[in-house]
Amino acid sequence: MTTANRPLSPHLQIYKLPLAALMSISHRASGVLLSAGLVLLAYWLGAAGYGPEAFERAQRVMGSPFGIVVLLGFSAALYYHLCNGIRHLFWDAGWGFELERTRQANLVVLASAAALTAITWIVGLTQAF
Amino acid sequence: MALRSPLGRVRGLGSAKEGVSHWWAQRLTAIALVPLSFWFVISVIGLIGADYAEFDAWISTPGNAAMAVLFVAAIFHHAQLGLQVVIEDYVHHEGAKFASLITVKLLSLGLAAFTIVAVFQTAVGG
Repeated sequence: MTTANRPLSPHLQIYKLPLAALMSISHRASGVLLSAGLVLLAYWLGAAGYGPEAFERAQRVMGSPFGIVVLLGFSAALYYHLCNGIRHLFWDAGWGFELERTRQANLVVLASAAALTAITWIVGLTQAF
Repeated sequence: MALRSPLGRVRGLGSAKEGVSHWWAQRLTAIALVPLSFWFVISVIGLIGADYAEFDAWISTPGNAAMAVLFVAAIFHHAQLGLQVVIEDYVHHEGAKFASLITVKLLSLGLAAFTIVAVFQTAVGG
């Protein structure tokens, strides 16, 4: 089907997506970001295989301001994807499709992801100092 | 030519592709990744500021080495399955789709192999 220049009715520019829809696309987006981040995982664990110098350099890279920002983003994406992923598993089992349940679950997922990220970073930063 | 309708000919042959195994592998790796991810995050927190000796000591136990290998295998497999779905959804040019899928799958395999070998090397050698 060729996309000729025919007039299209606006959808994303007009329709306000419900929270569940935004969370759904965020689940996909966080997944893609996490996949990109796997390169960092390979770098960090791989560096150890190259010896003490390589590993300690990798530790410095991860601990640099840039590294910290990346790790913050990565952990937020991880926890969001994990919490929403658990909701997906409930859906797979057939539970939780009702509108009210979905609305409640939206908030539970967001709150859990935020809390886990906050706890991780509070513990992590106090550990570092 | 057999006296069968098209429907009669295909009934019982199953799907043309293998969707269910993909779906199941995605769910299985997802379930495994819940505890594995928590284990990984907690371990990383413990390894903040660690030098090579400390990292080596940590990874050289069978428990940690096995968990690390399982985490790497599960997460690369889960990621590659997920990216496959994303590519199939958005890339419509057949050639580009196949190129992307092959790249993602081989890259995931390569990075996973590299990482797992590195884990073994550090754990056993060190």
